[in-house]
Amino acid sequence: MSLLQATDISKAFGGIQALNACSIAVEQGSITGLIGPNGSGKTTLFNVITGYERPDTGTVQFKGADISKYGPDRIFGLGIGRTFQLTRIFPRLTVTENMHVAIKRKGLASLLGRWSASSEHDRALQLLQFVGLTHLKDAPAGSLSYGQRKLLELAFILVAEPQMVLLDEPAGGINPTLIGQLVERIRELNRQGMTFLIVEHNMEFVMGLCNRVMVMHRGAKLAEGTPEDVRANPAVLEAYLGD
Amino acid sequence: MATVAHTQTSAGQPGRSGAGRWKPFQIVFWLACLIAAIVFPLVFSSPAITTIAFFTLVFAAAGTAWNIFCGYSGYIALGHAVFFGSGCYTIAILCAHWHIAGGWLPFAVVPLAGVAAAIVAVPFGVVALRTRRHTFVVITIAIFFIFQLLAYNLRGITAGSSGLELPIPPWSGYVFNLPFYYVILVILILAVVTSWFVRHSKYGLELLAIRDDEDRARGLGVRTGLVKLSAFMLSAFFVGMCGAVWAYFVESIYPNTAFDAQFDVLIALMAFLGGLGTIAGPLLGALILQPVTQYLTISIGQSGLNLVVEGVIFLAVILLLPQGIVPAVRELIFRRFARRDAMPVAPAPPAPAAVAPATEPNPPDSVAAERS
Repeated sequence: MSLLQATDISKAFGGIQALNACSIAVEQGSITGLIGPNGSGKTTLFNVITGYERPDTGTVQFKGADISKYGPDRIFGLGIGRTFQLTRIFPRLTVTENMHVAIKRKGLASLLGRWSASSEHDRALQLLQFVGLTHLKDAPAGSLSYGQRKLLELAFILVAEPQMVLLDEPAGGINPTLIGQLVERIRELNRQGMTFLIVEHNMEFVMGLCNRVMVMHRGAKLAEGTPEDVRANPAVLEAYLGD
Repeated sequence: MATVAHTQTSAGQPGRSGAGRWKPFQIVFWLACLIAAIVFPLVFSSPAITTIAFFTLVFAAAGTAWNIFCGYSGYIALGHAVFFGSGCYTIAILCAHWHIAGGWLPFAVVPLAGVAAAIVAVPFGVVALRTRRHTFVVITIAIFFIFQLLAYNLRGITAGSSGLELPIPPWSGYVFNLPFYYVILVILILAVVTSWFVRHSKYGLELLAIRDDEDRARGLGVRTGLVKLSAFMLSAFFVGMCGAVWAYFVESIYPNTAFDAQFDVLIALMAFLGGLGTIAGPLLGALILQPVTQYLTISIGQSGLNLVVEGVIFLAVILLLPQGIVPAVRELIFRRFARRDAMPVAPAPPAPAAVAPATEPNPPDSVAAERS
């Protein structure tokens, strides 16, 4: 049984069929790459999986349970975290406050308690250390550079310890040194058991990091396999170069 | 890139490093405010002055309550007069129903008026909170007018435009204002304390996250609908209590005074002037604006010119002080201190780090080191 299974997902916006009976399965413990030309439906698929869009047809199953009708808050609570292509953080909160938004609180008392006095505070600081943002912990997140925002977004998702993380173009607009660090971080988390599904246009990044690659084209899955298989697949080349 | 971010930080944001050093001053400041508020009507005991002081505190408390929801969540509501009016009518109806005579007893009904307003906030919120930004503002105004119309037309309950009377307290004219003043002061203190707790709790952090990016917050497990509605109700609860005390003070209420469009705009204006989303902002705004509006109403209210002047003030605030006084002053002070702090490290070599990789784990930034 796959950790995440999307079956026959269709989603149309007006006359545009963004997803057309798309099915994918992501195995537990994998780093799966999701590639495809612009407009092939990758981000829409992310939105459907994480509850930001309702699919017109089809189901999404996580650990065997149907989550297609859940909202984003509930899906995050089940253990699926995501980042956005255009990084979304809370610009007027400090970096540390950003980290605390994602910390789950059980019960009213912890909700009404001071966030800075919580037991999770140390973990939030550790994760900032992990992504190298400790020196900026009191800065407003809006003052961070683009790359730093991406790292912050990754960090505050990790604070909730999700089982699965969906990254939407994590390497886009980031300098090469930072990409190297990012790859290291992802590998380390994967070794600890975290599953990744990554949309990315940077082929070097995808081929170097992922152990499984899926190719999307016109709203459906075109091919799947190891990075080598996919690279050798003539249909994939055609999808990218054709039309 | 990293350095750019740094300089921005040290200049733009006060930096919490200063917060610790300010704490004793803050406590002294708030205590001084409290003592001043307590002794004020004893020192300036003229009923004319204590009346203005009473109205000022009503607005300070209502503005603080408004800010708990609107300031923190960024949802600018222009319909809080609905809760104020609900509080007014609740106390009037309950006092009549239970045959409560004038005196201290009607004050016991005030919390019930708050609860009634919070209950009204449920359907109001469920409808209005589905929308955002400008739409939300428009919807709250529309709902406000629905309530005002209801107050005019549900004659069986509200007596329509002939209004309702409240019991008349037996106190002599000279000390008449004092009980009202101290009751509303207690409500104000409760509102400020609540606002402080919300601001520093995880719950308040969720409200602030909603202000910045609601969908992102939802995607991080924040139950946005519940958080917004509960804050809306909390806000309504305090505004309802303000309305009840106000109604008991003025002794007779009418649909257009209990559900007053001017109230909607005024409390928002006070929070804007003082500083949206800050604890002291609505207090300061009320302290400045309420005496002014009282004066304007008395001097030029007959011609309606006071509304024009208030409109001009509103525009001036938006244009000149978009952040409000408190954030502007705070930034000014911290910037000055940041500059003074930065002096010793100023001769450091002009950062060549402009080309440094964006994620140098710990840039040799002396300013950052000093700050942390």
